[in-house]
Amino acid sequence: MATLNLQVSPLEPRTAIKSFVVEAGDAFIYEILKGQTVRIVDLEGNQAVDTLFYNAHDYSDRYSAQDTVREQGSLYLTTGTKLISTQGHVMLTITADTCGRHDTFGGACAQESNQVRYAIEKKPMHACRQSFMKGIQHWKLGPEKLSLAKKDITSNINFFMNVPVTPDGGLTFEDGVSEAGKYVELRAEMDVLILISNCPQLNNPCNAYNPTPVEVLIWEDGSR
Amino acid sequence: MVESSVLCSEVVSGGATWSHVLKRGTALRITDVEGGANVAAYFLNFELPAERFNLPDTLKAQHTARLTKGHVLYSDMGRILCSIIDDTVGWHDPLAGISNAALVEKKYGKLTYQQAHNDWHQNARDGMLIELGKYGLSPRDLHATVNFFSKVTVDDEGSLQYVEDNSAPGSYVELRAEMNTLVILNTCQHPLDPSPKYAPKPVELSIQRVPAPRTDDPCRTQCRENARGFLLTEFYFL
Repeated sequence: MATLNLQVSPLEPRTAIKSFVVEAGDAFIYEILKGQTVRIVDLEGNQAVDTLFYNAHDYSDRYSAQDTVREQGSLYLTTGTKLISTQGHVMLTITADTCGRHDTFGGACAQESNQVRYAIEKKPMHACRQSFMKGIQHWKLGPEKLSLAKKDITSNINFFMNVPVTPDGGLTFEDGVSEAGKYVELRAEMDVLILISNCPQLNNPCNAYNPTPVEVLIWEDGSR
Repeated sequence: MVESSVLCSEVVSGGATWSHVLKRGTALRITDVEGGANVAAYFLNFELPAERFNLPDTLKAQHTARLTKGHVLYSDMGRILCSIIDDTVGWHDPLAGISNAALVEKKYGKLTYQQAHNDWHQNARDGMLIELGKYGLSPRDLHATVNFFSKVTVDDEGSLQYVEDNSAPGSYVELRAEMNTLVILNTCQHPLDPSPKYAPKPVELSIQRVPAPRTDDPCRTQCRENARGFLLTEFYFL
């Protein structure tokens, strides 16, 4: 097992300005302002939190998995990782991480990819792409908001998921390295929109076939 | 070698962008004429471009972080855009993405069209966005891409390593269209190519008619996931 880069945060939950519990199978969409810190807590352990970020003022400028891993020279996300947008902006920096490793090449489950991966008849089962679509369709109802469409659902981050690539180019889904109470924390370097699908997957042993809730906490700039 | 079934062929110079609607029942062979080429590639369902190449679905369905013969390229809708039916290279990079204007200027310096005409310093992202624009598509339509002829390995700690001399002169990879697929290619250098010299290589492209995949097609039998992917693609044409 590779070494993990663990970093505890000094921030206390009681000083957070917002907290939300996102149940498995639900979407969460919210604007985070430059300087604010967002923490995602894996409340019960080994939960996959499929997450996308957009420039809050231009949704075509969005998180890019390939640019992020290439610019940091490493496949996995952890403390110190800068999340890079398609236009080369640093969107957020991971400032604390008690899990140690997060995936960004495993993507999100969809009804259609579940048919490929598991069985044709799995189509009716709930999936992350359903939550992403619901999240963005509700968001654009706001009068002042920019709109999002399926074309904006790109390669996401899977917080708390362990998807190692082997030196010979294999890709494996390993047991999670997360457990109850582990968290990852990011500081926004620009105003961003966060879109989460708290993964409802029932076909993959990575979450012990038991998707569970997560908590999202937000602190104001200067709370550290 | 010109085969009798070849419908057309052309040479694409280094640093250029190329596109074509590759029809179901045809295959595109990309040949690295000089060795050391890089071809960034992106794929969309031409009939419904909201359906497009999905890199994570491609990798996790086939449990791979490299692409070679026997692998297929999945859309986000559980269907197959193209299959890799032949390959003399063995490793094509799906991880490192494409160059952009800032990266090219930092590595090679700025060289404008005014200064150098068609030898100017180009980058893959701008080239692909312009090409997508010709089909009415926008920057939002460009998702993760693959790099043919290039190799990037990952060690146990997750560090990326660009491997030089991955593709010898005359190497080729052949893609069979499983639906009418808008193929966008760009021949700029790989973004992790350590050479300080701006020297993108040309490739030769040829298209030929090929038979439909049979039940024992090696891409279909690669894994159970691909068998289902072909089935779902065949449903689409019913």
